[in-house]
Amino acid sequence: MTRPTAHLRPSSKPPAGRPRPLANFFTRPQVIALALVLCVNWLLFPGFFSITWQDGRLFGSLIDVLNRGAPVAILAIGMTAVIATKGVDLSVGAVMAISGAVAAVMVTSGQPAWLAVMAALAAGLVCGLWNGILVTVLQIQPIIATLVLMVAGRGLAQLITEGTIVTFSDPVLIFIGTGTVLGLPTPVFLALALMLAATLIVRRTALGLLIEAVGVNRSAARFAGISAGLLLVLAYTFAGFCAATAGLIAAGDIRGADANNAGLWLELDAILAVVIGGTSLMGGRFSIPMSVLGAVIIQAMNTGILISGFSPEFNLVVKSGVIILILILQSPISANLLRRKTTAHSDGARR
Amino acid sequence: MPQEHATLLRATGIAKIFGSHRALDEVDFDLRAGEVHALLGENGAGKSTLIKILTGAYQPDAGQLEVDGQEVTFRDPQQAQAHGIGTVYQEVNLLPNRSVAENLFLGRQPTRWGLIRRREIEERARELLKTYGLDIDVRAELSTFSVAIQQIIAIARAVELSGKVLVLDEPTASLDRTEVDLLFKVVRELKAKGLGIIFITHFLDQVFELSDRVTILRNGRKITTQALAGLDATDVVRMMLGKDVAFDHHLTGIDAAARGAVRVEFSQMGRAGSVAPFSLTLHEGEVVGVAGLLGSGRTEVARLMFGVDGADGGTVMVDGKPVSIRNPAQAVAAGFGFCPEDRKADGIFGDLSVRENIIIALQAKLGWFRALSREDQIELAGRYADMLDIRAADHDMPIKLLSGGNQQKAILARWLAIDPTFLILDEPTRGIDVGAHAEIVRTINRLREEGLALFVISSELDEVVAYSNRVVVMRDRAMVAELAGADLEPDAIVRAIAGTGPAQAEARP
Amino acid sequence: MTVIKKLALGAGISALMLSAAWAEGLQGKVVGFSQIGSESGWRAAETSVTKAEAEARGIDLKFADAQQKQENQIKAIRGFIAQGVDAILVAPVVATGWEEVLTEAKEANIPVVLLDRGVEAPEDLYLTSVASDQVKEGRVAGEWLVGTVGDKQCNVVELQGTVGSSPAINRKQGFEEALAGHANLTITRSQTGDFTRSKGKEVMEGFLKAEGGGAGICAVYAHNDDMAVGAIQAIKDAGLKPGSDILVVSIDAVPDIFAAMVAGEANATVELTPNMAGPAFDALDGYLNAGTAPAKFIITESKLYTPADDPQGEYDRRKGLGY
Repeated sequence: MTRPTAHLRPSSKPPAGRPRPLANFFTRPQVIALALVLCVNWLLFPGFFSITWQDGRLFGSLIDVLNRGAPVAILAIGMTAVIATKGVDLSVGAVMAISGAVAAVMVTSGQPAWLAVMAALAAGLVCGLWNGILVTVLQIQPIIATLVLMVAGRGLAQLITEGTIVTFSDPVLIFIGTGTVLGLPTPVFLALALMLAATLIVRRTALGLLIEAVGVNRSAARFAGISAGLLLVLAYTFAGFCAATAGLIAAGDIRGADANNAGLWLELDAILAVVIGGTSLMGGRFSIPMSVLGAVIIQAMNTGILISGFSPEFNLVVKSGVIILILILQSPISANLLRRKTTAHSDGARR
Repeated sequence: MPQEHATLLRATGIAKIFGSHRALDEVDFDLRAGEVHALLGENGAGKSTLIKILTGAYQPDAGQLEVDGQEVTFRDPQQAQAHGIGTVYQEVNLLPNRSVAENLFLGRQPTRWGLIRRREIEERARELLKTYGLDIDVRAELSTFSVAIQQIIAIARAVELSGKVLVLDEPTASLDRTEVDLLFKVVRELKAKGLGIIFITHFLDQVFELSDRVTILRNGRKITTQALAGLDATDVVRMMLGKDVAFDHHLTGIDAAARGAVRVEFSQMGRAGSVAPFSLTLHEGEVVGVAGLLGSGRTEVARLMFGVDGADGGTVMVDGKPVSIRNPAQAVAAGFGFCPEDRKADGIFGDLSVRENIIIALQAKLGWFRALSREDQIELAGRYADMLDIRAADHDMPIKLLSGGNQQKAILARWLAIDPTFLILDEPTRGIDVGAHAEIVRTINRLREEGLALFVISSELDEVVAYSNRVVVMRDRAMVAELAGADLEPDAIVRAIAGTGPAQAEARP
Repeated sequence: MTVIKKLALGAGISALMLSAAWAEGLQGKVVGFSQIGSESGWRAAETSVTKAEAEARGIDLKFADAQQKQENQIKAIRGFIAQGVDAILVAPVVATGWEEVLTEAKEANIPVVLLDRGVEAPEDLYLTSVASDQVKEGRVAGEWLVGTVGDKQCNVVELQGTVGSSPAINRKQGFEEALAGHANLTITRSQTGDFTRSKGKEVMEGFLKAEGGGAGICAVYAHNDDMAVGAIQAIKDAGLKPGSDILVVSIDAVPDIFAAMVAGEANATVELTPNMAGPAFDALDGYLNAGTAPAKFIITESKLYTPADDPQGEYDRRKGLGY
């Protein structure tokens, strides 16, 4: 593609319609949900909000939430673009495994780290391009088209690592997983940078609007002269790039490429993050920052379960319960109720 | 000619209302034994609604149905079937990968034999099809046969199931001439056996070839039911299009010569199975109207011009320079605009705002990196909304909340925003209210005066005559005539559509 | 280091030669082996050890990979029966549905040995089953910890395997049995790390935060080495020294845990031996040559390895096995 490479991200205007004043931000169901989850965590573990500066980096449970949530947040950034086109990408977890495997095998065979990183990202781009071509040129439904790579991709990663966990001690790869940039863990920094870059680019260019148009009505988009196919390929390619980035983080974190487990089921967490963030699976309006917020909510919940001391048999029950609660909070009906109530409340306070 | 037979099916005072739309209004219909009864009408006339009521798929809001003189109500198609009414649709709805025999007796084996007895089924299937003049391997999969054979099998099944009334909904749409002959032979035999047959098609010649009587619907009302013997094609077209009243001649009189330089030239564009090759030249300040019945190929011509469908050959010149138009994006780049017939499916972005709907084509033309600022968008949307009088409380509201007329005007605004050289409008006034209708006709006239070239497809003949410099007439997927100047009046168009008029000049390049 | 290495290699080779000399009785025999697949490093190691054991004994091993499907295993076993092999080894992918094909083998007079997992079928349908005792593995790990800590107060955190899996249940049970009666040892936190490195690291991170930055943790017990490797990284990231500030004990004995021992970051691991075939061949030898019926359930040794057991040598020896 001669067009911008994939880190240009379609997002869009301020989500859903008109710009809202910052005050309204705090009445969004996602923000309320995050606040609730964090409060529960604080009740379970009083030191939850404490953040200290230690060894040149921020240290604390909140930072851990962001750090552990970063891979899913990065996946969610790419997934948002795909879902906005009315598609879905089930292969991102497998692409993470491929990317980690490529990087690990290259550094252990003596290649320089920069080359390994470039090769891993290129592998992600190629995977995304493959998905995009299946969806646009061959007109295969996205859920089926990406299922192919979801299944085959993990096998490919296992072939690359020959079924073992390929451990490495390359400082650059380890830095990507566990290093510190400006006091923040590298994964958090990468996720934030990717989110800001993608959001800015889609707001400053027409990509966001055009992607939304394709998602809302692909036929009308074609009639309006929009190159819908090219935009779709771009969205899937970007999702592949994001998955490769997340794969590098996952590998760097454990200093090894675990083809069997890296990114396993994370595609579902990424889709959930996008949905919690308010982007409809029917395509159209999307917001990258809100998807990232969705990923943070999911991770805050995971961390809460970890520190709660509940027996692990409760993990999935608690998690699904909280997710149902968030989705109810986020449904249009309760969102309206909530908004009306808060308005009434603030009116009352003013009086 | 069959002699007078008893009335099999009678519908009286049928009405059906969807929301605020009267799909059928006080329609009477009757079908006699041993006749083929054609049901005609343009899109939206109420044909399919009436058929669905007769076959039990819909319940009427008023009126009554009688079968053999007994009043009946159908709650579902199975009840209609039990009363002897069967339907065969254009798309054969049998099971393609089951055998012919299985398809013929599907769902009925257990009640007759308790166990499925393959041999007996096959034997019966063979005998049954022989009565239709078909000697085929009934064990072979249905999909291995041609569409015509499948149609006859579907008819055989419907007659076996029902046996009194047969509804044929566009059965010949995908058949060639010999297949049509085969099918018609079967239909004539069934008619001779005393079945009543309702025949729906948009091929007028087939109506005259096969039918005894015709019922014509328009805008949900019955226009007439009469024997075809006393009618010619012109009469039928006139009644379908509703031009039996005095035409507004004072509206005509666009001076065909009052046009500027050549803007767009299409030559020898065509697409196999869709449109025969055509050539057409459009000038600055000229409206070329398109008339023809549904299915005559008028929308297909527009789709070729705009690159929605790929042309098999031919060239396009804009202002004397050749351009390549293989997709809509290239058409937009060349300065073309297209308001499609199906506004909801191909036109509006329901969840996007009115403003975004208006600026989207310009943004697509500008490319990904030259984004229109929010201020530019607001200014553009405001300007065109004012110009076309688009009534929206707020340009940030989703366009799906607007009325059809305002949506149509927004799509028109979308194309005006790219400052087009050539605009294609496919049924721009269908399904919109009277006020918006007038607004759009006024806009077409104004755009012509401002020097735009327009290609306007419409079923409203007096409207076409009112704003067109020339009118091309389409029949059977080809441009068959071109009318201009003194010849340009609704009656001549009707005759050209029906193919009964005096020899017209063939469509000129 | 190199001296140690050579010594270890020498010891390994002489051990192999010893078993080969002892097992001359299977020379030239044909044995079919239906393996589940290669879903984990341990499974790959089991395959390569089985092949090596067979080669050392001069056995003609027919290998069939079932790709996680029972139907493939049944097909392979029927193939072995048709070929008239002398014996069959099966690592069954599931516990049920074996009666028919095992009866066929019995009628053909071919002894079947089950490796690594049991089946729900009458015991007379197979010669013996060779498996590890997962409860014992947990107990050995627990006993090591009890012996190491002595009378000191010690809070233990546990990284469980996948919730509901039998190794997770049994290894937890064995460990708790060993700790019973030692009031100074208590398990303060227990969560699942899904047997993976990344989850092991994430869960350990949470434990460290919740326990005052690790001050309240004296030891971590992981149900497999991979989670332990992840936990070691989390401990290091928190600024503590694994192996001394927090003791690390786990199960499996994969190469990477020996690398951690070499670095002084892991304290003990209990071996789940990939050598299920060795005892199986021994049993077959006795049965085919001397007609002695072996015990119905052969339990492999759950050997404890600590930094005193030449971790570098163990690492080198295992590295090539496909872990």
